[in-house]
Amino acid sequence: MDSLALTIKELTKTYSNGFKALHGINLEIPHGDFFALLGPNGAGKSTTIGIITSLIKKTSGEIKIYDIDIDKDFVTAKTHIGLVPQEVNFNTFEPIHEIIVNQAGYYGVPRNIAIPEAEQLLKKLGLWEKRKQFSRKLSGGMQRRLMVARALIHKPKLLILDEPTAGADVEVRRLMWDYLKFLNENGTTIILTTHYLEEAENLCKNIAIIDDGKILENSSMKDFLSQLKNEKFILYTENKISKEFTLKGHRFSVIDDNTIEVSLSTESDINSLINELSNKGIKVKSLKNKTSRLEELFMRLVVKNDK
Amino acid sequence: MTSNLKIQIVAYNTIVRKEVLRFSRIWKQTLIPPVITNILYFIIFGNLIGERIGEIESFRYTDFIFPGLLLMSVITHSYTNTVSSLYISKYHRYIEELLVSPIENYTILAGYITGGVIRGISVGIVVIIAAQLFITFTVSNIMLMLLVILLSSTLFSMCGFLNGLFANDWDDINVIPTFIMTPLTYLGGIFFSISMLPGIWKDIALINPILYLINALRYSMLGITDVSIVFAFFIILIFNLIMVSLCLYFLNIGQGLRS
Repeated sequence: MDSLALTIKELTKTYSNGFKALHGINLEIPHGDFFALLGPNGAGKSTTIGIITSLIKKTSGEIKIYDIDIDKDFVTAKTHIGLVPQEVNFNTFEPIHEIIVNQAGYYGVPRNIAIPEAEQLLKKLGLWEKRKQFSRKLSGGMQRRLMVARALIHKPKLLILDEPTAGADVEVRRLMWDYLKFLNENGTTIILTTHYLEEAENLCKNIAIIDDGKILENSSMKDFLSQLKNEKFILYTENKISKEFTLKGHRFSVIDDNTIEVSLSTESDINSLINELSNKGIKVKSLKNKTSRLEELFMRLVVKNDK
Repeated sequence: MTSNLKIQIVAYNTIVRKEVLRFSRIWKQTLIPPVITNILYFIIFGNLIGERIGEIESFRYTDFIFPGLLLMSVITHSYTNTVSSLYISKYHRYIEELLVSPIENYTILAGYITGGVIRGISVGIVVIIAAQLFITFTVSNIMLMLLVILLSSTLFSMCGFLNGLFANDWDDINVIPTFIMTPLTYLGGIFFSISMLPGIWKDIALINPILYLINALRYSMLGITDVSIVFAFFIILIFNLIMVSLCLYFLNIGQGLRS
């Protein structure tokens, strides 16, 4: 489908204390996208999400959700959005099942329809057994999943997640990734903000980087990553390597007896390097990227903007 | 029925249900204390002091003060329900559940106000039941009595809602009940007829809006009043209109809710 899930035009926000959080940003996110909105703390990500979901009032600009201007028909526009906020915001004295069914009610879904829907969703997210418990009794990971369930109960076409895995352990993060992939594959447009750049790199098709209230980069993840001219790898070797070790045409630094760091052009082939090392009698046991490629580019862009 | 209207009706029912469940779950905090307070009033003011005061306008003192005590319980609890519910939802940030959803501001207001009114009326019912041991329960005009209770409860639910919008900390939700509502209620003629007040004090009493609520209720129950009943209703309606306008205005500009 070619329609746009979200259109942002010349969006500005100046808070009452005079702080200008957004300087006329523009974004277009197509239906079915898995979109990463990245930026350092205070860059304007949460302000943008707050305005889209009407928790924050914009100063000027235009926002359309599936071609519906939120200023002209916010009721219809909002029925398309589901929000997973950054911080846990439940009524801690309300049972989990009630939280979900009530949220459906706020979107106009009657209880008789919401109750079986909630059951299905809670079962899918592994929360059904806990349905009668108060949300304060849940573990951090379960609370995160409950926020996702709450955001999905009215079947939104556009799901916005503001750092959904912040503070979650690896297992919860992996579970969340799988579920988000499943939702996206089944037609839900997803906008994700995260500080885990590996998460964005693995999940997202398109990306925007925001800093100081301005969009610094907006492209497909593939195009963005292709800007990287060099990648740094850490190689773990079976043999011990001397500090003086060199290999013509490559920049090495020896970290310890069995670990070396190498910078490789993105046009080079890692296999030929491994072969060259093998010819010198050095066997590579395993290797990994020193930092994620996205992190590398992100840091360059943000540091450049700070200057 | 338009799709928007359907959404608003379901959302309204959801808010009301949630509000009623909220105060019902904590019934020991919400429904029992007004019964105990009123029983103490009947024992101390009604029986012990009242016997020395004698009759007022041919009613036993206990019977005379009952409409005022009933009204005080209803309005205090209507107020407390909305202010505490709204402020707690702001404090724990689950008000965002409502703010991100397609609910119109008038639906949010109506839902909270209905919750406050149901709490006020529930308290009124338990107070009336408890009072049967101490008073001769008289109702002169049941429809009028219900209307006064409904309008007073609505008015103070809206006052609580407005207080909740502006409240930034726990102290803020107690300032108005402590420094404005309680003095005005006590000086609004619960325990006395303003005809008993000397000169200037009578004129001062007449600028207290709660005096009109108490007298309207006393008229509907006992058939006596210190003020014109038509004027009392006019005042009650005007204050309701002012409060609904203020609540909607501040909701629309996002006061205390949207930055």
